[in-house]
Amino acid sequence: MSMIKAENVCKNFGDLEVLKDVNLTVEPGEVVCIIGPSGAGKSTFLRSLNHLEKITGGKITIEEKPLDDRINGVNQIKLSSKERTDILLKMGMVFQRFNLFPHKTVLENVMIAPVHVKKIDTDKAKKIAVDLIKRVGLADKQDVYPSKLSGGQQQRVAIARALAMQPEIMLFDEPTSALDPELVGEVLNVMKQLAEEGMTMIVVTHEMGFAREVADRVVFMYDGRVAEIGTPAEIFTNPKNERTRQFLQSVL
Amino acid sequence: MDTLKEMAGWIPALLQSTGITLSLTIVSVICGLIISLFLALGKISKSKILQKLCGAYIFFFRGTPLLMQIFFIYYALPLIYSGFTIKSRFIAAWIAFSLNSGAYLAEIIRAAIQSIDKGQMEASKALGMGYGQAMRLIIIPQSIRRLIPPVGNEFIMVIKDTSLVSSIALIDLMKRTSQIMSSSASALVYIPAMCIYLAITAAFTYVFNSLEKKFSVYE
Ligand SMILES: Nc1ncnc2c1ncn2[C@@H]1O[C@H](COP(=O)(O)OP(=O)(O)OP(=O)(O)O)[C@@H](O)[C@H]1O
Ligand SMILES: [Mg+2]
Repeated sequence: MSMIKAENVCKNFGDLEVLKDVNLTVEPGEVVCIIGPSGAGKSTFLRSLNHLEKITGGKITIEEKPLDDRINGVNQIKLSSKERTDILLKMGMVFQRFNLFPHKTVLENVMIAPVHVKKIDTDKAKKIAVDLIKRVGLADKQDVYPSKLSGGQQQRVAIARALAMQPEIMLFDEPTSALDPELVGEVLNVMKQLAEEGMTMIVVTHEMGFAREVADRVVFMYDGRVAEIGTPAEIFTNPKNERTRQFLQSVL
Repeated sequence: MDTLKEMAGWIPALLQSTGITLSLTIVSVICGLIISLFLALGKISKSKILQKLCGAYIFFFRGTPLLMQIFFIYYALPLIYSGFTIKSRFIAAWIAFSLNSGAYLAEIIRAAIQSIDKGQMEASKALGMGYGQAMRLIIIPQSIRRLIPPVGNEFIMVIKDTSLVSSIALIDLMKRTSQIMSSSASALVYIPAMCIYLAITAAFTYVFNSLEKKFSVYE
């Protein structure tokens, strides 16, 4: 059983083709890192998986459940909004710019979706939230507003918030790119711990050290396509594609 | 000294009519806020028809004089259909002011909602919230703080605009002032009348400044 299956995914913004026949299958517990130059379509691909972007063509299947099968942007798969939400909730997402809710405290940020979307009762949601906040190392911050936190702390809250919905897959879009260098480590450590616990993860990242150490497979995207895919050893020490080689030379 | 006494003597009558001015302002802006929230949501919705309808409403009420709108509701509507006859001048004025301030506030609310970072809606969706839920729990609460200063401003505008209702013979502060002016033949009545308008404006300013502070806790 695969957790995520993307087949021939295409995405256009007007005349601009941003994704061109992207294929990727992710197995349970796998950590896949997506690397590649700016504008390659990494974010767009990740956002397509959880419907923040509507793809133009191709299929997306989450845990064997078809979510999209689109021709010219029209979905051939008819789902009720409840069925669609149920599938989408298998995925949690962490954004580059955290996107915490500024008018809610840390605890409220983590609780809000379980209470209002999953309709879990408040006491139980609070217990889950408190545990998660502790897990990301912010037990003493649960009652403060996000504006009082450092970027690294905000991103850890954002991870806890996504985990509170108990997703089976976590999508990360450059989770450390907006952070000061000294704060990157604390966020990567939380992600590493998550990976060790067996979470299925897709991580768009510029942190090559993280990709090399934590990823099971690395995907190199270039110009809207998956240009190369392989184990970190294959990609980092022995890239086959000329573009991969050039890209790695420029960043390492 | 005598002039001071004379002016003080007018104050009870003036204050009595201030009730109309103040209550008309408050109920109108509150109803205007409710109307404007729906107009703003319509204007940013994906439905072209809703966008056009709300746009037309706003265009109409901002594009015609308020005084004419009051006259229209009080005098012209009953001619179009007798069921629209409004006996109470106060209610007629209330409807006109609510509809009018709804149009002005709609643009303010729309701008406040659209000034909230796009990432907030995306994060809400990624957590499984629907559009309505995200608006209600995340977007609108954040726009409230940004709305407080312009809504306070709208209150102050409407207080002054209510002086127009004297034209349908509603006895507000303005009308009472003119009455005193003609009966006592003293233009000095404008001094206490203006002081009352200023006092109300100052009170609203104070309330809205405190509200703004209260809503800024998370920043
Ligand atoms: N909403 C949009 N409308 C139009 N074009 C877009 C939109 N979003 C992305 N694009 C374009 O799609 C292309 C791919 O963008 P994307 O953000 O997926 O790249 P990326 O690989 O994530 O790059 P980066 O490393 O800079 O984040 C870019 O050319 C971008 O300008
Ligand atoms: Mg990106």
